[in-house]
Amino acid sequence: MRKDYNLEKRKYVIGGFIIIIALIFLGRLFDLQLNDAKYKRSADSNAFLKKTVYPSRGLIYDRNGELVVYNQPAYDVMLIPRDVQPFDTVDFCRTLNITREDLDRRFADMRGSVGYSSYTPQRLIAQLSAQDYGRLQEKLYRFPGFFIQKRILRQYNHATAPNVLGNIREVSQADIDRDDYYAAGDYTGDLGVEKSYERYLRGVKGVEILIRDARGRIQGRYENGAHDVKPVSGRDLTLSLDIRLQEYAESLMVGKRGAVVAIEPSTGEILCMVSTPGYDPRLLVGRERGKNYRALVNDETWPLFDRALMGAYPPGSTFKPTQGLILLEEGIIDLTTAYPCAHGYISGGLRVGCHGHGSPLPLKPALQTSCNAFFCWGFKAMIDRRSKYGSSANAFEVWKKHLVSMGYGYRLGVDLPSESRGFLPNDRFYNKFYGEGHWSANTIISVSIGQGEILATPLQIANLSATIANRGHFRTPHVVKAIQDTVLPSATDSLRYPTIDARHYDAVAEGMRMAVTGGTCRRAAIPGIEVCGKTGTAQNPHGKDHSAFMGFAPYQDPKIAVAVYVENGGWGATYGVPIGSLVMEKYLTGSIDPSRKAMETQMLNSTIVYNVPSSKKKQ
Amino acid sequence: MCPQARRSNEVAETFRNLDWPTVAIYLVMVIAGMVSIYAASYDFDEASMFSYNEFSGKQLRWIGLSLVLGFVLLMVNARMYETYAYPVYVGLLVLLLITPFVAHDIKGSRSWISLGPMSLQPAEFAKFATALALAKLFSGYHFVLNASWKNYARALAIIFLPVLLILAQNETGSALTFMALFFVLYREGMSGLILFAAMFAVVIFVVSLKFADTTVGGVPTGEFAVLVMVVLVSVVMAILYSKRLQTVRNLLIWYGGLALVLGCAGIAGLELPLLPVMLGAIGVATVYISVLAFTRSKLWIPVCTTVLAIGFLFSVNVAFDKVLQPHQQMRIKVALGIVEDLRGTGYNVNQSKIAIGSGGFAGKGFLNGTQTKLKYVPEQHTDFIFCTIGEEEGFVGSAIVTLLFLGLILRVIAIGERQPSTFSRVYAYCVASYFIFHFCINIGMVIGLCPVIGIPLPFFSYGGSSLWGFTILLFVLLKLDASRKAVL
Repeated sequence: MRKDYNLEKRKYVIGGFIIIIALIFLGRLFDLQLNDAKYKRSADSNAFLKKTVYPSRGLIYDRNGELVVYNQPAYDVMLIPRDVQPFDTVDFCRTLNITREDLDRRFADMRGSVGYSSYTPQRLIAQLSAQDYGRLQEKLYRFPGFFIQKRILRQYNHATAPNVLGNIREVSQADIDRDDYYAAGDYTGDLGVEKSYERYLRGVKGVEILIRDARGRIQGRYENGAHDVKPVSGRDLTLSLDIRLQEYAESLMVGKRGAVVAIEPSTGEILCMVSTPGYDPRLLVGRERGKNYRALVNDETWPLFDRALMGAYPPGSTFKPTQGLILLEEGIIDLTTAYPCAHGYISGGLRVGCHGHGSPLPLKPALQTSCNAFFCWGFKAMIDRRSKYGSSANAFEVWKKHLVSMGYGYRLGVDLPSESRGFLPNDRFYNKFYGEGHWSANTIISVSIGQGEILATPLQIANLSATIANRGHFRTPHVVKAIQDTVLPSATDSLRYPTIDARHYDAVAEGMRMAVTGGTCRRAAIPGIEVCGKTGTAQNPHGKDHSAFMGFAPYQDPKIAVAVYVENGGWGATYGVPIGSLVMEKYLTGSIDPSRKAMETQMLNSTIVYNVPSSKKKQ
Repeated sequence: MCPQARRSNEVAETFRNLDWPTVAIYLVMVIAGMVSIYAASYDFDEASMFSYNEFSGKQLRWIGLSLVLGFVLLMVNARMYETYAYPVYVGLLVLLLITPFVAHDIKGSRSWISLGPMSLQPAEFAKFATALALAKLFSGYHFVLNASWKNYARALAIIFLPVLLILAQNETGSALTFMALFFVLYREGMSGLILFAAMFAVVIFVVSLKFADTTVGGVPTGEFAVLVMVVLVSVVMAILYSKRLQTVRNLLIWYGGLALVLGCAGIAGLELPLLPVMLGAIGVATVYISVLAFTRSKLWIPVCTTVLAIGFLFSVNVAFDKVLQPHQQMRIKVALGIVEDLRGTGYNVNQSKIAIGSGGFAGKGFLNGTQTKLKYVPEQHTDFIFCTIGEEEGFVGSAIVTLLFLGLILRVIAIGERQPSTFSRVYAYCVASYFIFHFCINIGMVIGLCPVIGIPLPFFSYGGSSLWGFTILLFVLLKLDASRKAVL
């Protein structure tokens, strides 16, 4: 046969065609296998069912080793949407005791939730009761695609200290965005140590990798669990709180709004920290959490507001020891300097009232009797001493610096969320308000007696008390004493020294001792214990005066420093002194002396009628 | 020489002249195929690769029988194939004819004939028979394809008779395979314009469907792009066939001017009715070329191309909706990426892309593929066997398989071209065409470039009929090639 060489060239067309196709295939394979990681991920999500294994959350003990917060199991009904096949909804609803509408609504909610995917486990119903769980578990084989996820909820042995303990809540999208650790449906600490020690308490989630075939059937564990990750339990916390003391202080505060803070002076450990009205932390556990939380948020008495930390109040006369210390340090007075008191401080047409006592008097009796005039004169002597400071503004800044060193005006750094810094004005504040050079001591005289612009938290007041008890130093107050298998974060290690020489504290402590033995704090006296104290009666624009107390005991080698603040409680001696001294007595002796039983009963039963919404002062 | 001695001499001759590279590729492919089938159907409990109950064990038996068959085919005198081409063809047609009546219904298809313990699919053997018949036709004395339309009619009849019978068995995929024989017709003289027209039709089809949802100046992007292509093709053709500078210049000025006007109007924010303007311009140009065509008849080619292409463009949607069945429409839309439908039609392809894509560069290792083991990929030991290779052997493995096929096809073409006889050459091109079609469509479908058409990957997919069918095709070619000098 002849051969047509023109046609033979067509082999190049056909050969070229198949070479081009092969190159296209290689390019596509390159793209699929080397370029695009999404197929690898899809393959994993196809074949591997990653079941999160939740660690148990760290337990919380009080300073005496008493268990305060522990875990209880809860059961979530989970499902993987694409594996769910048509099921007997009537049976399902009856098993869980819910209505068909309820079920439909839950499905709609689930589909509408952030991060919904038909390939990954989704939660349909949270926190089944043990009975519902048991019934469903038996029938689970009838509902392919469904499974039950065990979760950890919190439970509380004492209905106390919700502000310190906090609680746990489901993570929000913001939490997930902020911290890679979280996935939808996880829990995280909310408020209190649950929040501030979340990283220690939560532990590390584990994962179990199961192999799943195309019909969603589990075929076993991937490589016999070689790639599984065991969960690591959260670390246990030991609080510095004495939970019995906390409960006792709370019982004394029933019916009153305010706060009690007690600190062990030598360590800065907070022994009790009460904010009333409080609430039972158990309200924020379980299926009712959302409803109860909303009720607490809407409660006019603001139970979620931790008055001990966040309440910024005028410190009133509890502020006077700081004034004495500053005046001594600055050399404005010595222990013999006496100022007159004519039932008050009268200067330049200004009058600050005082009550009857001897006159003139020096620092210690002034503290004993809580003389307003003494501290006004002292303040004026300092602020208006241009010879030393040049201007009132400069003097004021010196004055303010001392206060800051004592823990006022800034957060102390307690290991709890949402601490308020209180408020200290500075010279710019007054320059703006009155005009530069247009103010002097008399213009702002009320700050010298803890009124006016000065605001402090009960924690700051308690810390002042601890500083005086220590005669000139303190440790940052904290509520966690120890973390299992870990060293405590360092903030509480070092001693902090205010800018006041330690020797000046003795005089102030003595003045506070005198206030108990023969001054405004006589009701604070505890048989057999030398108590020191200072009352406070703070005027405020929201009605009746606030009743405040600050004290420590024993006078030598103090074991406890306390601050009490009762909103609209009237005289410091009315509520502050008895409550503060009872807390100290309970802590030091474990009981209340029979001579003081009547006072205790009175405190336990008295109620203040509030007809104005709770005051909430925040800077 | 006594007959005995001549016989043994011929055997020795055959083995000496055998194209061993092809045999080597064949052996590598069937063994790799068996291993892949074992991997694809491996079910975590450790069954032996050679157990007869496993697909791989069965495939091993098919392979053994194939080797015997191949050997027997090599022993047959090469002239016999040419001599008995038509009887074999007719016999197969009869078999195809009776198959639907004796076959059991398997998934809507009546194409399997049971022979004791095994079932065979006559359609797989019809490829071989058709190749023989086509080769026989072309090897006729003084047969020249282009000499008469009757020759075309004969060739097309040989191709389409089995196609019709196979369509009657509801085996669309197998029937489509025979379309590849147009490569053979092309090699033997059919105008390249027909192949070009077919390709252009596919391009028009794909482009107009895929880009139907966006618009350019009020015209669907797909239609706009096709019209631009039509303009380019017609201008290039006019240049090629007219060879007159003036014609080329006129066309370039006309279309260039149009593009300029449209561009300026677009910048100025004027909204011209784009579709009528383009069609009008193409119409004027076509009339102009037609006038010239009276003196230069080759210019009818661009005229016809333009008219047919535009006609096809505007009937393609109707054709798509009316002619194709809904599941076929879906498969095409999925392949074009117009719809995803991951739980329906798109499921197979998506899962197969996931399996291959998750293989990465070196693959997950033999028997470590999760997607195939856990049955995410359907038909993984038959039509989707390439997934197992992609997942477990990665880019390296799948590229090697791709290159093996490329090598095989190019080798078969080379073998065809070295044949002194038309019969052997045409037969070789038939074999190459079948491989081209199966390779393109099967791997194309598995990696999501073609619509899903259920045809096997030669030598890899599980199944005796397809293995035997391709073995026969290849070994008869080897025999023809080995005795090419004798045939002279």
